[in-house]
Amino acid sequence: MSPSIVRTRRDTLGTSALRPDGGAKVQGSFAFSSDVWADNMLWGATLRSPHPYARIISIDTSEAIKIAGVETVLTAEDVPGQLTYGLIESDQPVFAAGVVRYMGEPVAAVAADHPETCRRALAAIRVEYEVLEPHVNPEDSISGSVPPIHPNGNLLRHQRIVCGDTTVTGPVVVECEYEIGMQDQAFLGLEAALAIPDADGGGVEMIVATQWLHEDRKQIALCLGLPEEKIRLTLGGVGGAFGAREDISLQVHASLLALRTGRPIKMQYSREESFFGHVHRHPAKIWVRHHARNDGMILKIEARMVFDGGAYASTSAAVLINAVTHIQGPYRCANAVVDGFAARTNNPPCGAMRGFGVVQACFAHESQMDKLAQACGLSPVEIRLRNAMRTGDRLITGQPVESVAPVERCIRETDAIALPPQMTSSPHELLLPGGSGRTADRQHITRGIGWGVSIKNLMYSETFDDYATARCRLENGIVTLKFATSEVGQGFITLAPQIARSVLGIDTVIVDPMDTTIGSAGSTSASRQTWMSGGAVDGACRLVRERLFEHVARQQNLDPLQLEIDDTDIIDTRGTLRISVSQASAGMTFEETFEHHHRPTEDLDENGQGNCHVAFAFVAHRAVVDVDTELGLVKVVQIATAQDVGRALNPLSVLGQIEGGIAQGLGLAVMEEILMVNGIVKNPSFTDYLLPTALDAPDVVAVLIEEPDPQAPLGAKGVGEPPCISVTPAIAAAIRDATGRAITRVPVRPSDICL
Amino acid sequence: MSIHIPTSLDDAVALLHELPRVQLLAGGTDFMVEVNFNRHDVHDVVALRRVTELQQWQHDETSNTVTIGAGVPYAEMENGELARLFPALAEAARTVGSPQIRAAGTLGGNLGTCSPAGDGLPVLFALDAVVNLASHRGKRSLPIGEFMLGPKRSALAVDELVVSVSMKTTTGWQGYAKVGTRNAMVISVASASLVLDSESGTARIALGSVGPTIIRCTQAEQWLQTQYDISARKELDEAIATEFGLRVSQESRPIDDHRSTAQYRRHAVGVLAKRLLQRGCVQ
Repeated sequence: MSPSIVRTRRDTLGTSALRPDGGAKVQGSFAFSSDVWADNMLWGATLRSPHPYARIISIDTSEAIKIAGVETVLTAEDVPGQLTYGLIESDQPVFAAGVVRYMGEPVAAVAADHPETCRRALAAIRVEYEVLEPHVNPEDSISGSVPPIHPNGNLLRHQRIVCGDTTVTGPVVVECEYEIGMQDQAFLGLEAALAIPDADGGGVEMIVATQWLHEDRKQIALCLGLPEEKIRLTLGGVGGAFGAREDISLQVHASLLALRTGRPIKMQYSREESFFGHVHRHPAKIWVRHHARNDGMILKIEARMVFDGGAYASTSAAVLINAVTHIQGPYRCANAVVDGFAARTNNPPCGAMRGFGVVQACFAHESQMDKLAQACGLSPVEIRLRNAMRTGDRLITGQPVESVAPVERCIRETDAIALPPQMTSSPHELLLPGGSGRTADRQHITRGIGWGVSIKNLMYSETFDDYATARCRLENGIVTLKFATSEVGQGFITLAPQIARSVLGIDTVIVDPMDTTIGSAGSTSASRQTWMSGGAVDGACRLVRERLFEHVARQQNLDPLQLEIDDTDIIDTRGTLRISVSQASAGMTFEETFEHHHRPTEDLDENGQGNCHVAFAFVAHRAVVDVDTELGLVKVVQIATAQDVGRALNPLSVLGQIEGGIAQGLGLAVMEEILMVNGIVKNPSFTDYLLPTALDAPDVVAVLIEEPDPQAPLGAKGVGEPPCISVTPAIAAAIRDATGRAITRVPVRPSDICL
Repeated sequence: MSIHIPTSLDDAVALLHELPRVQLLAGGTDFMVEVNFNRHDVHDVVALRRVTELQQWQHDETSNTVTIGAGVPYAEMENGELARLFPALAEAARTVGSPQIRAAGTLGGNLGTCSPAGDGLPVLFALDAVVNLASHRGKRSLPIGEFMLGPKRSALAVDELVVSVSMKTTTGWQGYAKVGTRNAMVISVASASLVLDSESGTARIALGSVGPTIIRCTQAEQWLQTQYDISARKELDEAIATEFGLRVSQESRPIDDHRSTAQYRRHAVGVLAKRLLQRGCVQ
């Protein structure tokens, strides 16, 4: 059932072209940003707060600077420009000044000749803290019962949605409170950058792993007090992102150290530091009540959603909006009252992670759908089919879903996927729950099946014009593409040449380094680059094709509108001309730049009404799990999925996103959680923050639903986020099915199943 | 900081005597983690890989004793002759980290670190292993129960190293099981090793991660011997297995931490004990 991978003569759109960097990555020769070196470089390192909340009484760097090999020590006093940064709200200090608000907050940075010298220098910095009682309960931010821990207050955002007739009730009412733990993006390529100061000290060049070069540049420039053009960023090799590289981490620190020392600075985080160096997925508590008719049709949704944003704003406000506007799920609903809160606490800051607020909402609405199914005596499939949203339906925000909405098809095609075979009488020991620990035998295992279906917005929302820029140059039969689109592993580096080959009929396509010498591409997030940067590359290539056709038409005395690309040739649709593109463009240079903008969106009003999102994608997941009910251990056997992709521009790449997203959603379902006690992170390592291994990964059977979206430049919807959203509730539901337990929290812990 | 690479046990022992704050390095799977977390001020390191005496194992068939060098990696216990002699040790070895970790990590490291979560330790305790130690003062041997004193605390003197462990081979079933919240490459939340010695008619069960150190459940062992003839290995009444599990869990002394709760650990280790006993009596 999974998409067949067909190799073709030309790697055009629709083919499974292979990643140009795939071989290097498999062989270990790919240069990640942590592999970059410069002559005469120094190492940078960050001193972080051990306390979730404390007043800084004094910082004494005098002993550190005396250490041989230490070149400089910086604190908040050394920040020349804006003292804070942030994606939406500039509220996060470059270095803590006077107060630390979360465990791991940067307090100082050093530059030295060796990482070990850096370590000693950090140890020699004396910071005197007055430790304060941390504020870690988001409810206290909402009620205002604790004093503000930040000048901007403890409530990051409140958004209400009031839709339709709020007095409606139904004969069937189901309600529950759900909890979602704090997940980490846990990319494998740790934060790393090399900052090289200009000879005159007036600017910085930086090679960095990031999701959005231009946004980084903007924030770095503000903090350095330099014009943006003095900061030049080039994308280093990125080893995964998943949202954790949207906020800046070490960029300003490395730049400051480079400018101060006049020498290149290399900074890279360890795995432990990485857990403190980037934002996480918001832990959330979501109470939902559904009113429905006896036949299962949803009448009204009431919800209260509380997201713990941690110490700083990051993207909490936008995450919250996604959460409240997606709580209905991919189901029709005319009436709703929803309250969402993003709260500031002394927990680690939370922000973007794959699924961006929808993951939390989806766990709640899908758990509710199963409750509703049970209350109405319907199957999980039937309840979802009855309520499935269709193209043109309105969301509880009043926004019509103009994206193609094949929800019913997603469910039906997932349902049609064959279930895995029943467990044999003597299954391979590694395939049982417990795996290599050999905890179970066949008779201890119960199988369960569960469902999850989701809706996910694509691109940025609420009036944000997150455009993308691309340039195409055709010269002597070779196409060169230029854009600042961060390649974080998602595959735009594969897709962009495919677009050029299809549009221009040229096979040799060079992708220039991604840097800030061209306009912004926007962030590699929100499932947006295929749509946005894809639209920009397509637009630039089409403009070049127009120039090329004009040139050929002039030479041949033809109407350029008669010309078309056929494979690698230009043909005259009304005549006999056939000339290869490379021949036709010999000696010529055509260069065009194109900006793709999505349609404008609106802010939500005080009742949460407004067309705030650009477009939507849908997906269904069915999970089959084996559970050792006595020990509470789980093995996810199979995930069946049908995903609304619009158009599969590279089926292999789409499948990669699906399998990866499912692994990440499985992680949230059964093992991945940052554990905190009173603001202290207890498990900042891969020993204790568990990611799924190959043995935990299920068989994935995927169907791609291709109904091209007319709004999308290439008909293709983003495919990055949907795979990881509804798989989590599907697995939780399967565990419920196997155990009869309520399972109102993810990750599901063994004790939730067996105690 | 200095790195020393002795090639004989005598040289290694001499270095331990000369260097007061020395750190031993074998597979590095514990030590390097500590270094990366800045928990160690590393001074002098003695790397043991080239000490040939530590890298070997022998089977003395006259005394039915196997002696495994402290530097023998887990990879060597997973399969082959050692796995045939000690199936429980093989099962434990297969749960240690990833293949890369198993190629480097050693039993000596497990003993030296003496963590209650050390995967090999419950097996060694259930096999009544003897730990052989050496220092410039000479050699000594301790029963493993006397070697392991507490969480990351052992009877190892600062100038002493683990040379090997010796175990008698047993006739009868032996096994190991480990609970972690991932299906592979996971630190133990609770583990157990059961040895049914059909020759002596005794059962020995040791638990990991449910106490300050590895726990031998001597009361449950003795109770089982009164209820079931281990040498005859007839069909086992499920009630006996259940009761055995309960008694084992009562002898555990787990704590709450970020990996699990005491309540779950106590429950899980009882389930493991029951299942191991049933496994051992099925064949």
